[in-house]
Order: sequence, then structure tokens, then C-alpha cells
Amino acid sequence: MKLLEQARFLLRITRTQDIMRRYFVVNGFDGALTMLGLIIGFLVSGTTGLSVIINVCLGAAIALGVSGVSSAYVSEVAERKRALGILEDAMITDLRDSAHGEAARGVPLLIALVNGLAPLTISLLILIPLMAANAGFEFPLSPLYVAVAIALLLIFLLGVFLGSIAGVSWLRSGMRTLLVAIFTAALIYLFAGY
Amino acid sequence: MVLVKRLVLDVLKPHQPNALEFSKAIAKAGGDYRVCTTVLEVDEKTETLQVVIEGDAIDFDAVQSGISDLGGSLHSIDEVEVQGESQAG
Repeated sequence: MKLLEQARFLLRITRTQDIMRRYFVVNGFDGALTMLGLIIGFLVSGTTGLSVIINVCLGAAIALGVSGVSSAYVSEVAERKRALGILEDAMITDLRDSAHGEAARGVPLLIALVNGLAPLTISLLILIPLMAANAGFEFPLSPLYVAVAIALLLIFLLGVFLGSIAGVSWLRSGMRTLLVAIFTAALIYLFAGY
Repeated sequence: MVLVKRLVLDVLKPHQPNALEFSKAIAKAGGDYRVCTTVLEVDEKTETLQVVIEGDAIDFDAVQSGISDLGGSLHSIDEVEVQGESQAG
């Protein structure tokens, strides 16, 4: 609890809560759309073993997670160092041992984790029906369709989250992101359905 | 032993944490501190505060450490009120 409060405090003094929120949505959306694309790609390709589909999707999810962590960490370290330098110039003092110095070291890590864990977690949630089916659980319809439904639901929820941030209609915002997903699926069917 | 009862400090600090969080952190340095903060000047990246601290025995080092922990810089001690132990009883 104290660690969470400290993290909130560091994000507040660096005013980076909005950056973190943006990274969560952008990369979460990336994760969901990538999984949706892969699964629809497998659906239009015909018969493919479930374990192959899981391994391909898992590989993409892990790559998205690692890419999210590393890219955000590198860029945020540079941004926080720059911000700390500007603040030190204004204060005419060394702030390395202050809360601002701690934030310059800790905030990039927090943002990197969110940026990496958002697509990884969302991808894993989408893959649950495939893993469950592979473990012997039986669905009334193909687990690929269940995974597509979960992907669409998560994309809709990301839109709802964005709507709540912007203070606009959650339904409208959710439907907008859902339309993007449906448009993506249509494009895949159009170009990959041969 | 001399007890510090009241301090008026001139402090420069970044905009964040704000004056409320800053004052709370200083108050935490002692159990009975009463802190009154006035923002005197606001610049692009910093603000100048007048911090008045009252308590039975103010630990100046702890107060100074609290200020620098939050990125503040003590510019001057503008007023001091101290009391000898015999006076305190």
C-alpha cells in the first residue's frame, strides 16, 4: 500500500499520470488488435492446430510486452532526465537526492511496466479460451470465435475507459473503438481471405 | 538546552509537490508542529514560500531535511523564537 502511495506521489509530482494512462490505452489497444488480427488470420486460413495458434499468439504477445517495456523505458529515462535538468537549472541546486531525483529514476520504470504489461495482459486475456480449449475445456463454438468475442469486448472496454477520462458518453466512446476493431477485422477478411 | 519554538523560513521549491503537500511533509517532521505556508511568488518552474513553523521543540535539521527531500531549497531563516529550558520549566 505504501509502495502504491509512493508511486502515485512520484507520478503526481512529475505530472505523468496522463502519460501513463495514454501508454496503457495505446499499447493495450495495440495488443488487442494484434491478437484480433492474428486470430482472424488463422480463422480465414482454415485448419491450423490450436497449439500452433497459441504459440504464435503468445510469441506476438511476449514481443509486444518486451517491446513496450524497453521502448517506453528508454524514451522516458531521457524525458525524465531532461525534465530534472531543467528543474535543477531553475532551482540552482542538485535534486538527485530529492523526491524529484527519485521520480526521475522510478517513473520511467513505472511507465515502462504499464506500457509493456498492458498489451501482454490484454493479449493473455484474449488467449484464455484458446488455452482452455487446448487443456481440454469444451466451448459450444470454436474457441477462436470466443477469443474474437473477448478481443472485441476488451476493445469496447478500452473505449469505455477513454470515454470516462474525457467525460463523454461511455457507450459512444466504446462503440467508436469497437468500430475500429470491426473495420480491422473487415480489412483482414478482405485482404487475407484468399 | 534551548528549545526552538517558532521559525519563519524563506523557501524556494518546484511547483510540485504543491504547498499543501509540502506543508504536510514539514509538519510530519515533528509530532506537534503547526505549519503555516504563504506562497509569495510564482515563477515558471518554481515558487517562493514563507513557511512559519510553530512547535514545542522544533528540530531544525529534520525540517531542513524534509524541505530538501521534496526538492525545496532553504534560502533564509527570517525569524526565530527560542526559549531556554529553565524558562520552559
